[in-house]
Amino acid sequence: MSNLLMDEAAIARALVRLSHEVVEKNKGTDGLCLLGVKRRGEIVAERVRALIKKFYGADVPCAGIDIGMYRDDLVSGYFVPDARRNDVGFDLNGRHVVLCDDVLHTGRTVRAAIEAIFDLGRPASVRLLVLCDRGGREMPVGADFVGKNIPTSRREYIDLRLKELEGEDSLSVTAAE
Amino acid sequence: MLGKDLLGLYDASAEDIVAILDTAVGMKKLLTQNLKKLPHLQGRTVTTLFYENSTRTRCSFELAAKYLGAGTVNVSASSSSVQKGETLIDTGRTLDAMKNDVIVIRHPMGGAPHLLARNVKASVINGGDGMNEHPTQALLDFYTMREKFGSFKGLKVAILGDILHSRVAKSNLFGLTKLGAEVTMFAPATMMPQGIERLGAKVASSREEAIAGANVVMGLRIQLERMQGGLFPSLSEYNKYYGVGEGDLKGAEKDCIVMHPGPVNRGVEFTSAVIDGENSRIEEQVLNGVAVRMALLFLLCKNRQGGEKA
Repeated sequence: MSNLLMDEAAIARALVRLSHEVVEKNKGTDGLCLLGVKRRGEIVAERVRALIKKFYGADVPCAGIDIGMYRDDLVSGYFVPDARRNDVGFDLNGRHVVLCDDVLHTGRTVRAAIEAIFDLGRPASVRLLVLCDRGGREMPVGADFVGKNIPTSRREYIDLRLKELEGEDSLSVTAAE
Repeated sequence: MLGKDLLGLYDASAEDIVAILDTAVGMKKLLTQNLKKLPHLQGRTVTTLFYENSTRTRCSFELAAKYLGAGTVNVSASSSSVQKGETLIDTGRTLDAMKNDVIVIRHPMGGAPHLLARNVKASVINGGDGMNEHPTQALLDFYTMREKFGSFKGLKVAILGDILHSRVAKSNLFGLTKLGAEVTMFAPATMMPQGIERLGAKVASSREEAIAGANVVMGLRIQLERMQGGLFPSLSEYNKYYGVGEGDLKGAEKDCIVMHPGPVNRGVEFTSAVIDGENSRIEEQVLNGVAVRMALLFLLCKNRQGGEKA
């Protein structure tokens, strides 16, 4: 069974609030940049970029990063990652990076993303923005900007649908059989 | 699945060959993006033990091991205790005692890798043994063929040159027949091993016959170092009757590919126009060689995960 927690309007409102919070925390848009974890985090980052542009007129650099090469289960799972080379197209050194993702769960993706970021340069700071925090952390990671807190059990799945991929915006929780 | 060692394709199954090629696809994707840092062999050591000269095979194995995070050690027979009379088995045991994980061996005697493999704990990979086999070269050849044609079923492969001395030709023959390709060989009678038909090869009686309708035209180096002399009158005469020029390729399929395990004797096996022509995959073969060797090391070490590692 599936339980709708955010519809299109709710997701839009959350993103508007998040984009304001990002600029508020940074005291403006100077030195800011957005990095989205591919693929869904990249879409979240791109939407936040567009909103910041709309409200503040600033074009904040924004790019997607692939964390495939940095996963912590490459050896334990023994597989060859299908990864892309990261080339964000701007200098990360000294920038205030806002790392964006769709769902925060164990924190392992974030750990990998931080490693990926530091292979690209040395940012002044890295903050974390997520559309949804479902709990269940296995790493010492916390989000700075959270769209919605949704405590879930391991047997539940977060089903986030995005217009760019699925043709609609919605977030629901599904309990596994 | 693959056991402890890879000693030749004579004993390998088609499934094993395909598994290595499939794994190499992912490796090549990473390599072409210059992503060369996988962690799977971290804490392991790969030793190349070469009793014969080599540039590409040794380099290729060493880089493949490094890209997977392994440490590498090179032992050349010419600058090691082999010069003091140490036996192959003792050299292997010495490496074992140092907790080495993989030995890549090249040796002028056929069967040397097999002898070594029976006597060491490390995985042994045959990097070429005498006139017997050179399995990783054949695997990279298969990878190159599959990349172009998608499958081996009914693929026509013409192998021209010094078949007698060529371990590449034999590994290709053993593997390709298992994969469903047709292998036609052509060489001066003095360089054609007797009875090769019984191993599944078709023997052509002319260059034109060998190349006719071929999808793959593979040249082999004339191995002067293995010849006692007198197998053919001169290099220029060899080129005239057995070498492949642009005109000769007209008999092959239009989209055929030209391959050579290298090093190439320009103007002997192939003319420069063929080597540098648009059908040539000779450089691509070198890149594929690294991907295939990464895949092989990856799979061999996977089998040993949790076992030997102390």
